[in-house]
Amino acid sequence: MTSQRKIHNVNVNLNLIAFYTIVRKEVIRVLRIWIQTIVPPAITMTLYFVIFGNLIGSRVGTMGGYSYMQFIAPGIIMMSVITNSYGNVVSSFFGAKFGGHIEEMLVSPMSNSAIILGHIAGGVLRGLLVGAMVTIIALSFTKLELKYPLITFSMVFLSSVVFSLAGFINALYARKFDDIAIIPTFVITPLTYLGGVFYSISLLPDFWQYASKFNPILYMVNAFRYGILGTSDIDIRYAYLVVCAFIVILFTLSFILLKRGVGIRD
Amino acid sequence: MSALSIKNLTKTYANGFLALKGIDLEVDVGGFYSLLGPNGAGKTTAIRIVCSLVEKSAGNIEVFGYNLATHPEEAKMNIGMVPQEVNFNTFDTPLNILVNQAGFYGIKRSIALQRAKKYLGELKLWDKKDDISRNLSGGMKRRLMIARALIHEPELLILDEPTAGVDIEIRRSMWKFLKDTNANGTTIILTTHYLEEAENLCRNIAIIDEGVIIENTRMIDLLKQLKQETFVLSLEDNLKKDSNLNEFSYTLIGGNQLEVLVDEDHSINDLFELLNREKIKVLSLRNKSNRLEELFMRLVHSKNDISKENS
Ligand SMILES: Nc1ncnc2c1ncn2[C@@H]1O[C@H](COP(=O)(O)OP(=O)(O)OP(=O)(O)O)[C@@H](O)[C@H]1O
Ligand SMILES: [Mg+2]
Repeated sequence: MTSQRKIHNVNVNLNLIAFYTIVRKEVIRVLRIWIQTIVPPAITMTLYFVIFGNLIGSRVGTMGGYSYMQFIAPGIIMMSVITNSYGNVVSSFFGAKFGGHIEEMLVSPMSNSAIILGHIAGGVLRGLLVGAMVTIIALSFTKLELKYPLITFSMVFLSSVVFSLAGFINALYARKFDDIAIIPTFVITPLTYLGGVFYSISLLPDFWQYASKFNPILYMVNAFRYGILGTSDIDIRYAYLVVCAFIVILFTLSFILLKRGVGIRD
Repeated sequence: MSALSIKNLTKTYANGFLALKGIDLEVDVGGFYSLLGPNGAGKTTAIRIVCSLVEKSAGNIEVFGYNLATHPEEAKMNIGMVPQEVNFNTFDTPLNILVNQAGFYGIKRSIALQRAKKYLGELKLWDKKDDISRNLSGGMKRRLMIARALIHEPELLILDEPTAGVDIEIRRSMWKFLKDTNANGTTIILTTHYLEEAENLCRNIAIIDEGVIIENTRMIDLLKQLKQETFVLSLEDNLKKDSNLNEFSYTLIGGNQLEVLVDEDHSINDLFELLNREKIKVLSLRNKSNRLEELFMRLVHSKNDISKENS
């Protein structure tokens, strides 16, 4: 018997299967705890549409040439994609750290890239799922065109990659549950509100218009809105430049941190 | 080629604590090794470094000839690990835990399901496969971790205190399972605080204390070092006043319990010859304590005494 046994060699599909395993696990998690993952954004975003779109929006009149409801709808969809992509990765990966089952991945031969990409895919799928749901809710309040589908879909996809990566890095550094709320509360939420979801930055004084241009979320929201409505405060080529730069930087950072074992290996 | 080769492995934790002071260990292919040592000796640290869960500070590790630093995939592919603490997702089911773990090793789902059935069956967990694993008993959780460690059919199985807190019956069945696994060619390393377990299962033994390996030898050779052994004999009648057992040193407890020291100049046969001559009937015979336990205490203490003298 013994002599016939062979030392295992690495199978070419290893990382593909490992990646798929993480994605499958993530999707099942999102659907299993749908009350925590899908329902809250549906409720919050419905409230945004009712309060800002309907009640207040009817007094605002038009913005950027569109009804206020139409103007804010893309921003609200993007906001839900961003928060849910981020939230999925940070809570799932930190949960794995906290529960110890991250070790199941660390002892395995799968590559660090597969670990990162698997979780990013999970975050993107959750973001897009929630985004689609919020879109359906939006459509029950107003009409939306889809002027440039390719821009719309590519921008929502790339933005959710950016925030999934950011959530991954947050999870690596987090030591306790409180740590996974710091970045969403102090960075993402303010930047989203200041990112032109509810207003066109052309309404701002010069200085604040200038300051807004350092906010990456402004680019994502505007490019996405451009894809749907055909109107934007910024040149959307910059938007692609910004999101792609963020993806490269954040992926590299995730990779280095994971390789060094920051926050996961003593 | 060794199944596992550890050279000069050193670990200093972030707080400055030196947990491993340059240990060396060679584990032969097909071997059954035990790693013994008091609490805090560094056993878990060494194992976790081998399994890529703790970063080493210095040293070299090879698994079936694959260097862990330069060929991590091949090395990891051949190791299965059962950790000291529960580390699966307790909200997930045993079946999912196993199938996902297989996926991390690049095993297709269809094959993973077959294997999960096999190992959950062998470890008597199949009827729990869809339970939330948080609700499994402590012994079941350990068995689940053994099944998980085997799902990719590794050549080297490392178990960190697999039988801690497991009842006697399950422990025996785990021993049998591990013996069979080893007989089928899997190299096994385990840590334990039950010396009886090490004596029963393992052919080789390494004793680690305060981050240093103080003994590394075959079990038989180690036991040979034990020059004397105390036996407890229960006698049918009280020992008569005129009986002459002075050839051995002994103590009499309560009239009919005899504790006899058998040293290297005598054998148990000599003892029984003498008892026959003296017409003393023996009802039962047992070791006073586990021999390995005595030896272990002696090794660990003599080392501590030496280090105290030196300081
Ligand atoms: N993350 C850590 N940071 C600092 N010190 C640590 C860390 N982990 C372990 N140690 C220390 O390293 C030493 C060895 O610990 P280890 O867990 O390897 O011991 P062990 O031999 O497995 O003990 P036991 O039999 O109790 O399981 C201990 O003194 C422990 O306190
Ligand atoms: Mg330990």
